[in-house]
Amino acid sequence: MPDAIRMTFNVDGDDFAAAGTASSEVKRALKQLGMPPELVKRAAICMYEGEINMVIHADGGVASVAIRPGSVEIELRDRGPGIPDLELAMQEGYSTASEQARNLGFGAGMGLPNMKRYADELKIDTKIGVGTTVTMVLRDRTR
Amino acid sequence: MERKLFHSVTLNLDKCKGCTTCIKHCPTEAIRVRFGKAYIIEDRCIDCGQCIRVCPHRAKSAVCDSFESLKNYRLTIALPAPSLYGQFNNLSDIGLVLTGLLRIGFDRVFEVAAAAEYLSDFTRRELLKNNSLPHPTISSACPACVRLIKHRFPELANHVLPFVAPVELAAVLARSKAVAETGLKPEEIGVFFISPCPAKVTASRLPIGISARVMDGVLSMTDVYTRLLPVLKTIGEPEITPQAGLTGIGWSVSGGEGSALLNGRYLAVDGIENVIKILEDLEDEKLPELDFIELNACTQGCVGGCLAVENPYVAKTRIRGLMKYLPVSRNKASALQDGTGKIQWQGSLESESRWALDSDMGAAMEKLLRINELANSLPGLDCGSCGAPTCRALAEDVVLGHASEEDCIFRMRERMQILSGGGEADADAYLPPPFRKCEEDRK
Repeated sequence: MPDAIRMTFNVDGDDFAAAGTASSEVKRALKQLGMPPELVKRAAICMYEGEINMVIHADGGVASVAIRPGSVEIELRDRGPGIPDLELAMQEGYSTASEQARNLGFGAGMGLPNMKRYADELKIDTKIGVGTTVTMVLRDRTR
Repeated sequence: MERKLFHSVTLNLDKCKGCTTCIKHCPTEAIRVRFGKAYIIEDRCIDCGQCIRVCPHRAKSAVCDSFESLKNYRLTIALPAPSLYGQFNNLSDIGLVLTGLLRIGFDRVFEVAAAAEYLSDFTRRELLKNNSLPHPTISSACPACVRLIKHRFPELANHVLPFVAPVELAAVLARSKAVAETGLKPEEIGVFFISPCPAKVTASRLPIGISARVMDGVLSMTDVYTRLLPVLKTIGEPEITPQAGLTGIGWSVSGGEGSALLNGRYLAVDGIENVIKILEDLEDEKLPELDFIELNACTQGCVGGCLAVENPYVAKTRIRGLMKYLPVSRNKASALQDGTGKIQWQGSLESESRWALDSDMGAAMEKLLRINELANSLPGLDCGSCGAPTCRALAEDVVLGHASEEDCIFRMRERMQILSGGGEADADAYLPPPFRKCEEDRK
């Protein structure tokens, strides 16, 4: 049996219309694997929020997903500006999104809080001027 | 025993030319071309009727019951879908259509629109109570959408309104009324729905949420229309007074069911591709706060059904015109005896995901890896020449054992090259221009 299914996506910066394609593909794969619906849903939300964050704040990045029986690991790596105040960023409703992003309906300040809510583990490594890596682990709660 | 699978949407082999039009348009990737003919994967078909609409050779059709079967009953009742009223030009009075139904052979008429009003009233009250109904609630009226949710969006199955569709309620009410008034046995009465869509035919035989069939047959709206048209001109005064108001008639067009709830927080989606997009967004919690989501697989709602005669936009305009002169509603749920028992489903919508590649996750992982690998090695043209709608679908078929890699015309080209023992140019000689690879040919 293979150890994991790995999927990698290059997320384009500033392409708001394309954001969400990676999460759709991950969702399709999870459904094909017969993962429990509640895990599929949480993974799709986390993936989508992560994708959008990279588009809005970091001019894109790379999303890697590893799917194992009973768990999904999502890593979002970008070379963006970094998050200056992580505690503030984790607050619901706080956002530094640009005017353009807000006009498109993004920037509600729910990205990181949603990831925290839906992921079983959330790790954020961020360095100002270097970039941010968000790692999430989601486990099958029905197991 | 009744067949477990039944589909109204069927293929006429003689007319099918094996082109790839339908496989490209099927929203659930349920059609393949094999041996020069289309082939419907019954497991995946949701009877949306998309293939019937797009087939250039008219090879796809909806199987309905025959008008002849009216003869099998001592009393027959017509259940006209409100979309029927949108099929006639310059219709001033719905009563004319209802009277026409008597003239073409029915003994009684019970309007589905009337049952829709009971349902609207009942649902509105239940939503206001804000108790056990899922949030947001998804309409259960369109059987193609309900089947889509069951197969592809299992997480959303518990959002579906656990109430019967208007036509099912109409069938139950019409039959019990006729039994009470005539003293006939229920089985001596034939209840026939006049349907704009094949999904309703399927749902009548394999109902969702209720255990038994409530209709004795479903007739095609086109068939009934052609019988009605000559008769309508001969009717002077209508003999039947319509039983429904604008609320019930409005169910035939997109937005009608949602607006009948008198709550602004509803969303009405029509067209199966749009329905899929909205369900994806709902699953990902991308939608704003909503109480109700109305889904219609057909463009503009039921008036867009592939068994309807008139263009859906024209029919919608006519329905709006008819609505102008009607009272808001003529039917209150409180007037129903045992309304809850008649309306509520006996069970809940059980999801049956048709997407899992294998029941064992390890095996599914192995299959998915092979699918990904194979899909990446295919040309990605989605040309359909292999009989599958996309290269990815072919990869899935191959790994699941339903097709061969060499069904790909490009793989075949490679084989030809080997067989001919020559270079690429030799192989190209056998192939039509779109599939040739050599640079010189391009000039």
